[in-house]
Amino acid sequence: MKLRKNLVAATMLAGAVTALSFMSAGAAQAQGALVMYCGVQEEWCRAMVNAFERETGIKVSMTRKSAGEVFAQVKAEAANPRADIWWGGTGDPHMQAAEEGLTEEYKSPKMAELQDWAVRQWEQSKGRTVGIYSGALGFGYNTDLVKSKGIKEPKCWADLLDVKLKDEVQVADPNSSGTAYTLLASIVQIMGEDKGFDYLKALHKNVNQYTKSGAAPAKAMALGETTVGIAFMHDIVTMVVDKAPIKVVAPCEGTGYEIGSMSLIKGAKNLDNAKKFYDWALTPAAQKLGAEAKSYQVPSNKATPIPPEAPKMSEIKLINFDFGKYGSSAERKRLLSKWDAEVKNLPK
Amino acid sequence: MSRATLGWIVLGWIGFVLLPWYGFDSAASPTIGDYFFTGSGLVEGLRGAWWLLPILIPLLLALRPAIGAPRDSMALWLVAAGIVGLALITLQGFTIGLNGWTMDGLKAFSDPGPKQAGMGFGAALTATAFLIILCHGLAAHGWCRGDAFVTSSIGVVIALIAVFVFFPVSTILASAFADNAGNFAPGEFVAKFLDRSIWGLDCVYSDLRCGVAWNTLFLGLAVGVGTTALGLAFALIATRTSFRFKKVLRLMSVLPIITPPFVIGLALILMFGRSGAVSNVLWEWFGVPRSRWIYGFPGIFIAQLLAFTPIAFLVLIGVVQGISPTLEEASQTLRAKSWVTFWTVTLPLMRPGLANAFLLGFVESLADFGNPLVLGGNYEVLSTKIFFAVVGAQQDQGRAAVLSLVLLAFTLGAFWLQHAWLGKKVYTTVTGKGDAGIPLPLPRRVAMASYLTAIPWAVFTLVIYIMIVVGAFVKSMGRDYTPTLEHFLTAFRIERTDFGLYFSGSAWNSFWATVKVAALSAPLTAAIGLLTAYLLTRQRFSGQRAFEFGTLLSFAIPGTVVGVSYILAFNVPPIEITGTGFILVMCFVFRNMPVGVRSGIATLSQIDKSLDEASLTLGAGSATTMRRVVLPLLRPAIVASLVYSFVRAMTAVSAVIFLVTAEYNMATTYIVGRVEAGEFGLAIAYSTALIVVMLLAIVAIQFAVGERRLGRRSATANATPMAVQAAP
Repeated sequence: MKLRKNLVAATMLAGAVTALSFMSAGAAQAQGALVMYCGVQEEWCRAMVNAFERETGIKVSMTRKSAGEVFAQVKAEAANPRADIWWGGTGDPHMQAAEEGLTEEYKSPKMAELQDWAVRQWEQSKGRTVGIYSGALGFGYNTDLVKSKGIKEPKCWADLLDVKLKDEVQVADPNSSGTAYTLLASIVQIMGEDKGFDYLKALHKNVNQYTKSGAAPAKAMALGETTVGIAFMHDIVTMVVDKAPIKVVAPCEGTGYEIGSMSLIKGAKNLDNAKKFYDWALTPAAQKLGAEAKSYQVPSNKATPIPPEAPKMSEIKLINFDFGKYGSSAERKRLLSKWDAEVKNLPK
Repeated sequence: MSRATLGWIVLGWIGFVLLPWYGFDSAASPTIGDYFFTGSGLVEGLRGAWWLLPILIPLLLALRPAIGAPRDSMALWLVAAGIVGLALITLQGFTIGLNGWTMDGLKAFSDPGPKQAGMGFGAALTATAFLIILCHGLAAHGWCRGDAFVTSSIGVVIALIAVFVFFPVSTILASAFADNAGNFAPGEFVAKFLDRSIWGLDCVYSDLRCGVAWNTLFLGLAVGVGTTALGLAFALIATRTSFRFKKVLRLMSVLPIITPPFVIGLALILMFGRSGAVSNVLWEWFGVPRSRWIYGFPGIFIAQLLAFTPIAFLVLIGVVQGISPTLEEASQTLRAKSWVTFWTVTLPLMRPGLANAFLLGFVESLADFGNPLVLGGNYEVLSTKIFFAVVGAQQDQGRAAVLSLVLLAFTLGAFWLQHAWLGKKVYTTVTGKGDAGIPLPLPRRVAMASYLTAIPWAVFTLVIYIMIVVGAFVKSMGRDYTPTLEHFLTAFRIERTDFGLYFSGSAWNSFWATVKVAALSAPLTAAIGLLTAYLLTRQRFSGQRAFEFGTLLSFAIPGTVVGVSYILAFNVPPIEITGTGFILVMCFVFRNMPVGVRSGIATLSQIDKSLDEASLTLGAGSATTMRRVVLPLLRPAIVASLVYSFVRAMTAVSAVIFLVTAEYNMATTYIVGRVEAGEFGLAIAYSTALIVVMLLAIVAIQFAVGERRLGRRSATANATPMAVQAAP
């Protein structure tokens, strides 16, 4: 009797131990020769992995997450890093990781082939992160809705304050989205801090929803849930290519932009392979994969052909975005809490 | 000394002498030789890992009673061996890390100090053996009436909860009291905690928004009440009426629980959004202006009702079934009207079920992440706020921890209130006495009310699901309704090649990983959950309430926080399991265990203890009693917890975002990626496939566990076969 009762406990534990062995044995084989955290869309990530594996024979284990999630994970894993390279995703979290010393300095032999903005990103982070693509901030409008409402087609940031657009503009919450923080920083740089906040307060009356994710307004526009959406122009272009009734606008006052970046993780277990990937990812052959995967950002290697669908950087009035200042955590915290206090809680 | 105790002592030795003490370096591929002897704790110890050698002492201590000792001193030897062994393993594990000493004080002796990797099989086995030896020793000493099964079970459950709940959760909650650099800063905690964005009450006297804590609380209460009412209506119809479409009703009520996140929200937008189907009809036919009412409280509320009513239903159906008709018959014999009987006898007997259903609905609403993300609009709740405090532009883990503490306080408060409400009353209705009574048909008022709530709701659910299925087979929901199979082909293409079938669809990888993890975690969850419920209701031991609290803790903490805390706790020795599928299994087991515990408690509190006692009196041990008497009566609870944990493992999002790897990518993270990229069609197609898998799993679970037989006749004789088959 006694034996049997203990058998139950023993079986239960044996089960747990078996599960443990089963799982960790699988993990031992799972480790590839390069572990990559990817911050862009799945297709693009997948295309990069396949092309790199074909080229070098190095097995890549890729996990796709948003840039903020990758940052949180890299920070949590700092004591025993799991990843080797962090490729893609908006530049802010990369800059923050550089600031906190979570990433490694590296100078690629390809540096000379890069656009100035990509090199500047590298210099501002003291060599810890480099630009791989960039995309300008803008807005789009649903042409059907604009027509049916009889609104003048908006061309400038100022046009978004039109009273007819009350509750018709959608933008993300800068607390949760890098896209919306870029908007906040851009407006402050274009108009000056006081005027910029006045603008944002006026815009608040027209905003129907501060979404969580930066690209959500583009989707809401495509579904006709909002007339105007503020987002990165390449995210809106993706919807246009998908035949949504949307027109993309580069605001006439000028606009800010993001620099999608790449960093080597400090303490990477496969540092040599990570460097190989780093160099390869800066070549035109690797960078043209973006357009093939329906991502229309502007690549950082001067020789990479710019996809025809991509918003033409030459036709966009880009401001001289100060990533050093507005990327620092102190300035970000200050602007965000000011926005929280002065804009977000305003009555409509 | 019993043979089982001896067996565990032998296992302890095997773990130390034979099996590899450390986990393998991920890059090296281990040979058979590595598995035995060469990497064992003893060999490593002799080779220079001197801190492992003291573990021999408790192993020798445990041998002392094996060579013959009086019963009294045997217990002492075992207890001593267990305590010393566990203490030594824990001490060396936490002081010696990957890069030397983990505490700065110790660096004074030598810098960086000795290094070691994470524990492997050997260490796990030896530690388990010490734990069981300790519990056997305590039983021999007279704890829990000398029942080694009970002490061991309590010991194992406490150890598991300590390792997989308290340890990670305390790591992250500690950051509530630290600034961003990691220094102790209580002032910052107070400032963050008292923030207006959390506790502001502006909405009471102005049109400003209220604090996120009030929003969450209000939503949780509304959803808890709503799901309990709907769940009760479904449960009453399913058990106490002769309604003809019971089977359909049941299926419909279970559908939402097996729906991956975002899908319900998406379907709601496509129906009630500004350009949604229903809004279109209302505008064109009745001139009702289109609006965005769905974004915000109404949207989240509807979506959560859809999602969590099934949980209330699963808890309540077991309870409603378990109510003995004898009491109701007695009431009628005493000339009570059927309405009075329902109100004064039936309903009060359902109290444990109602309270548990409410608690689960409330807590689920608090922890829900997917629906507020899609439908939240400007209505902020804690779960999304916590997520974006971690991954958003602020990157403020301390703030996330503070918000988690608020969330935790709400959950534990609800738990406490539930206890207070249930009080010390007895709800036992399943006794050993044969009760041949017939369950009363519902009073007309109650039946009407049940039909009126349940049927429109069921129809609504059906419409939502038609939308979802349609969405999987058309080009682009909401814009282009050309039928297509393209989404399924992208996700689940199978090609025939020279080497056989090749799964080239983009979803296969995450699909298999998800099925594997879910299938592993479901039985473990049910086993641990029900064992815990048994211990909580049937055994008395000191610290029981604290123990019960502990089991609820992981459920109360938002997934994002659990995810990050698992990385923080399990990425470094002594327990280094990040990047494996095992961490996913463990995360699910301990996140979903509370449902097993709650439904187990609800069902057990109806079953008369005299049934167990009869079995014990007849000479069966507690393990046998559990297997032969308690478990068969617990079938509804077993089904509930198996189904719930399987389904949850397939549909959870926020906890796993940080735990997935290239090898173990989960279906939900894939779906989130698709939703982010705006490919709703693919996301919905994949979700439809998952729904089918989960349906199959539920049918299989029902079939495998079987039906509880209470020896009662059914109220409607001709409907019996169907009712029996359909009951979970």
